[in-house]
Amino acid sequence: MPLSPLLPADVLAANFADLKPPLRPQEALVEAHRCLYCFDAPCIMACPTGIDIPAFIKKIASGHPAGAAKTILEANILGASCARVCPTSVLCEGACVLADRDEQPIMIGRLQRHATDYVEQRGLRVLPPPPAKKSGKKIAVIGAGPAGLGCAAELARLGHSVTVFEKQKQAGGLNTYGIAYYKMKPQVSLAEVELVRSLGVEIRTGLAVGKDIAVAALEQDFDAIFIGVGLGAATRLRIPGENLPEVIDALDFIWQIHTRPLERIPIGSRVAVIGCGNTAIDAVTQAKRLGAHRSFIVYRRDEHDMPAYPFEYEHAKHDGAQFFFKAAPVEIIATDGHVTGLRLALAQMVGGKVEPIPGTEWIEPCDLVLKAVGQEKQSKLLRELFPSLTIDARGVILHDPLTGRTNVPHFFTGGDCGNGGREVVNAVGEGKKAAHGIHAFLTGAKTTPPVQPSRLGAKQGAAGSGLMAPIRAHELEAALKL
Amino acid sequence: MADLSCNLAGIKSPNPFWVASGPPANTGYQAHRAFEAGWGGVVWKTIGDPIVNVASRYSALNHGQDRMIGLNNIELISDRAPEVNFREIAEVKRRWPRHAVIASLMVETREQWHEFVQRAADAGADGIELNYGCPHGMCERGMGSAVGQQPAVAEKITGWVMEKATIPVIVKLTPNITDVTAVARAARRAGADAISLINTINSITNVNLDTFVPEPTVRGLSSHGGYCGPAVKPIALNMVQACAADPDVGLPISGIGGITTWRDAAEFIALGATSLQVCTAIMHYGFRIVEDMNEGLSAYLDSKGMKTLADLRGRAVDKLQKWENLDLHWQRVARIDYEKCIGCNLCYIACEDGAHQCIDLKSPDELKVGLGPGRVPHKPVPVVREEDCVGCNLCSLVCPVDDCITMTEIPNGRVPMTWSNYQDRLAKGEIQPIPPHP
Repeated sequence: MPLSPLLPADVLAANFADLKPPLRPQEALVEAHRCLYCFDAPCIMACPTGIDIPAFIKKIASGHPAGAAKTILEANILGASCARVCPTSVLCEGACVLADRDEQPIMIGRLQRHATDYVEQRGLRVLPPPPAKKSGKKIAVIGAGPAGLGCAAELARLGHSVTVFEKQKQAGGLNTYGIAYYKMKPQVSLAEVELVRSLGVEIRTGLAVGKDIAVAALEQDFDAIFIGVGLGAATRLRIPGENLPEVIDALDFIWQIHTRPLERIPIGSRVAVIGCGNTAIDAVTQAKRLGAHRSFIVYRRDEHDMPAYPFEYEHAKHDGAQFFFKAAPVEIIATDGHVTGLRLALAQMVGGKVEPIPGTEWIEPCDLVLKAVGQEKQSKLLRELFPSLTIDARGVILHDPLTGRTNVPHFFTGGDCGNGGREVVNAVGEGKKAAHGIHAFLTGAKTTPPVQPSRLGAKQGAAGSGLMAPIRAHELEAALKL
Repeated sequence: MADLSCNLAGIKSPNPFWVASGPPANTGYQAHRAFEAGWGGVVWKTIGDPIVNVASRYSALNHGQDRMIGLNNIELISDRAPEVNFREIAEVKRRWPRHAVIASLMVETREQWHEFVQRAADAGADGIELNYGCPHGMCERGMGSAVGQQPAVAEKITGWVMEKATIPVIVKLTPNITDVTAVARAARRAGADAISLINTINSITNVNLDTFVPEPTVRGLSSHGGYCGPAVKPIALNMVQACAADPDVGLPISGIGGITTWRDAAEFIALGATSLQVCTAIMHYGFRIVEDMNEGLSAYLDSKGMKTLADLRGRAVDKLQKWENLDLHWQRVARIDYEKCIGCNLCYIACEDGAHQCIDLKSPDELKVGLGPGRVPHKPVPVVREEDCVGCNLCSLVCPVDDCITMTEIPNGRVPMTWSNYQDRLAKGEIQPIPPHP
């Protein structure tokens, strides 16, 4: 049966309202006053962009939210979107010392949103203008996603001329097109793109490097190139029925939610999502919120193997999503050319691989299948565009994580095409580090990101900033179990 | 259950908690409510020639999200007619004969003082409190703190009162003076029966940064107010102790100043107070707070095996000495309990920037200490250099975890030596000067 929209606009608007609404001014004050203002704070170390979190929270508490926004944006130009999409419970909030006093950690993400909303809503310009005297160096940034924007903004603030090339119509990458709609609206991402532009960065959209403009031409015109092209299409399922019209990439599904009125998005009444990462969760919950009567995840491994964060899993269950664990998709079944069901089999581990158990098959009726088993690496594209680059066995660009340097001196990289797919905030931090790597390459000047000056901590380089060596709360836990 | 009954210079009350002279003690209605809630006494809002008040009378000092840690007021004495106040005192006494009702008075001439003292006694008041402390408004007219800041004037006026008084007289002292004992001694010389302190402190709580008018604002202007509430407790305790320790004062004390809990009350009693007066805490939370004050104080006395308030009274007075009598050889250092430490490093930065640079941040990998569950791998942890620690307490004060940093005595086997001993022994050539701290 062809898909059609299921819910009226007003219901959809409520279903897709912000999951975490903005804090009211007094809520923000109360929360900010809870912060202990740690020195050399663990939350900073847990932030891949090294935001001085206690400093910005102190500024909210003192009644200076614009100053708070400045502290945030100086460290992370995408501070507004990270405030909404960061998995804070495994990053800054996961490292908050209050948890050790058996209290709720500070709501760092929501306070960050409070500060960045404050300046955005008032049109306040809090970042100092980039240096009037330019370095004379030109840098091309390929891809206007979080890594590219993070890199471009930092380079502009260091006095360089930057041009960003983006193949999509709008800049922002997954921040504009790929975040669950109840977490962030695309307007937030587009406002950040304007913020980067306001630093003097030229952003050219609708231009695909390699198609509309040759890499050689960029190499001719620019002193250095940052590659931030992210990841590619959804990984293929390699099962019969994959090419049916109602089998689509989960990211394409989320893309539709961002580019069409909600009441015009066709949805199935029974939606199957294959995979159990964070994108799968975004898909299964949004399918439910669009009106699917049933939406369920099919995952070949066990519950505790899922890549999705625990809070995302809880959220999906709360939304009424269902889960089939240790279930392998075998075939997508169609009637009259339209999806009507998914043939599943119980799965077992055979020699390290997950295999269907013969004779255990059954059919789950569904009329839409969303693929969320990961994104393909862009290794093919990367090899075509940059034949001299070393691509490692995982299909990502080999590079120095502290400087973004690749095996080719004037090529730098960061974000998903270098790390294989992590958070928005990782991409911003990597873009920023690459900007400093490019700056050092072009000017010979070494820059060091700000570090809180604890006498021994600064010497060790571990303290003060999460930028160079971010830690993650679940890594903390793992370390402490030793 | 310990006996909380209280007797201040003959003024008896079932417990030591009195409503202080102020807005909560303005009417008979409030006095009834106070006694119903469990208060032992009420010091009536100061009676005198009726005044006229302004609108906008109070302002507050907030700290973080804590409201009203300090309160400032420019409200004057009672704006009700004396005959109404005295009639209500009589009504309240009829209904609450075992509870204390004290008439606070403030007038100008000898004749007026005589008249008001007589009227208070006629109304059945258990005692009289002389308001020599009010630091705003009335002092401009030669009353309140204008009296309390000049021992000779206070002595003279107290003398007038004593000529007529048939019930106990309490002199209420202002803290807006260099040495509070000077006026306390004047009260003693004039024959007063007791003192109460402290009255409010001259203050400006805040300035409106848009209009530049301090609060409270009266049509674009403000005036110095009287400051009270939890933030003044340390000043009050200091002055109560000064009076309690002074043999030339030697009068029973009614303690006032920021008392909010039974614990505050116990501290005032330990420093020499007999009864306690409370105002700001009632203005913040209502009369109901007295229930926990009574229960808590009673439970505390029980836990210490004390039967009456007298067992507690003054226990801390002689624990306060001149600095020169403190032992220079006593040594203590900060010790951090790493099982409790949450890794905020506030102790480190406080010591490093604000004190004596005796805490290092060291790699936890080198330390053989148990680390708290939230510790970041390899994140430096604070370690006290005990040989350099001066034992100043600052780290333990800023530490947000109870009992995490403990100031621990280090027995060093040295014979105690005070500054006085030191000076004596130096003069006699018995010892060498202690070298200056590096």
